[in-house]
Amino acid sequence: MALYSEKVMDHFRNPRNVGVIENADGVGEVGNAKCGDIMKIYLKIENDIIEDVKFETFGCGSAIASSSMATELIKGKSINDALTLTNKAVAEALDGLPPVKMHCSVLAEEAIRMALKDYYDKNGIAYDCSIFPDCDSCDHCGH
Amino acid sequence: MRIYADNAATTKMSRTAIEAMLPYMDKIYANPSSLHTLGQEAKEALENARERVAKILGCEPREIIFTSGGSEADNQAIVSAARIGAKKGKKHIISTVFEHHAVLHTLDKLKKEGFEITLLDVGEKGLVTPQQVEEAIREDTALVTVMFANNEIGTIQPIKEIGAVCRNKGVLFHTDAVQAAGHLHIDVKEQNIDMLSLSGHKFHGPKGVGVLYARKGIALTNIIEGGAQEKGRRAGTENIPAIMGMTAALEEAVKNMDDTTERVAALRNKLIDGLSAIPHSILNGDSENRLPNNVNFCFEGIEGESLLLLLDDKGVCASSGSACTSGSLDPSHVLLAIGRPHEIAHGSLRLSISEENTEEEIDYIINAVVQVVFYLRSISPVWRDLTEGRQQFVIK
Repeated sequence: MALYSEKVMDHFRNPRNVGVIENADGVGEVGNAKCGDIMKIYLKIENDIIEDVKFETFGCGSAIASSSMATELIKGKSINDALTLTNKAVAEALDGLPPVKMHCSVLAEEAIRMALKDYYDKNGIAYDCSIFPDCDSCDHCGH
Repeated sequence: MRIYADNAATTKMSRTAIEAMLPYMDKIYANPSSLHTLGQEAKEALENARERVAKILGCEPREIIFTSGGSEADNQAIVSAARIGAKKGKKHIISTVFEHHAVLHTLDKLKKEGFEITLLDVGEKGLVTPQQVEEAIREDTALVTVMFANNEIGTIQPIKEIGAVCRNKGVLFHTDAVQAAGHLHIDVKEQNIDMLSLSGHKFHGPKGVGVLYARKGIALTNIIEGGAQEKGRRAGTENIPAIMGMTAALEEAVKNMDDTTERVAALRNKLIDGLSAIPHSILNGDSENRLPNNVNFCFEGIEGESLLLLLDDKGVCASSGSACTSGSLDPSHVLLAIGRPHEIAHGSLRLSISEENTEEEIDYIINAVVQVVFYLRSISPVWRDLTEGRQQFVIK
């Protein structure tokens, strides 16, 4: 049996929305190079809609695939929809991840939330702190 | 197209090894412990193999025990030395930080039983010195165990000199020679080795078979209990086909060693030169005292598993010391031991070649690695931070 599903391999080999958005409305970076994964998400937001999203990822195959899938899942959606995206939804959309790789989908969820938090901060929009991860580094390996 | 460059993990079996095994599967298939003629033929083959292995290692046939592989041989050597030491009140063992886990985990187990373990540093070059060993030896040292050559970075340790120090101090000396056997000259007498482990599948022999050499007079502790095979030191019906295949492969490897070494080392050097041209890359392990088939690099700003998967897409089989490929959360203990920071160790690549690789394949590998590293860096936020000056490069 292959390590990853066909879908993971497809998103890993041909990642969607790779790159940078200059003057992005929100940028979120999570993870830690020490642990082997860092994800950075860039958002372009207009009228509460995610008009564009790009990512850069340093990490394993499933980290790159999770970032790619997560960007696809939120592109064109409302901020509220993006805020409710869970790591489980990312993993399911990829036809599953091996148990030891589930943290990659968590990073994708957190990177999106951090980018939205950045958007709120930049625009002075009030928000409920509890909806954002308070950790700006990874929590899966203790570094 | 497929280029196999993962020979430190395992090798393709040679025709010689396969043909040496076949008669023992469907012709002389009897149990060597059986008294009938067919059994005695199997017994004869077994003892013949033992003599041939002994001749290659420079020891006596009775000092050779066939095992299920290198890990079992390492376990048995270390546990045996620990039991011998404990009887004399000696409960200190010296090893190195970058041994194979077959050694390190056995030492962990002994630590829980009250043994004190000293793990010597190997420095940035990945080499341990006889002086370090000498300084670490105490009155209560039961064993020194140092690998012949490292499995990840290929560095060759000064085994003969370390053995001399141990001999001089009256301490047992074991070496895990799994990566060395069939690739480097081994003579247990000349190199002052008391115990040595090797594995059949690292020199084009079969998997699931290995050898423990233990100098006569060293009382071995059984890991596998049962019958009286291997003079009561290792129970279980001998895996005759595998033993015959391993023996033939070892003989062939040793016979061709000089030619193979020259040719493979030339390919290795070409590979090292090609990969060194990648900016912010570094060779792991000493370039001089190095197995002829081993190349190990770190590339800053990328992660090893994605590197391996994309190389696999291009038909190149390699391995990495990244945490993602090890199944643990930390990257390779070997790369950490030579001082590579975590974030650098994650971006490692091991290419272990063989005499079957060609110059064209080496060119192809270099080209593939250059392309994949360039691509992964182009999507890496770490690389962007490095190139835009927000972070300092670790590898110049």
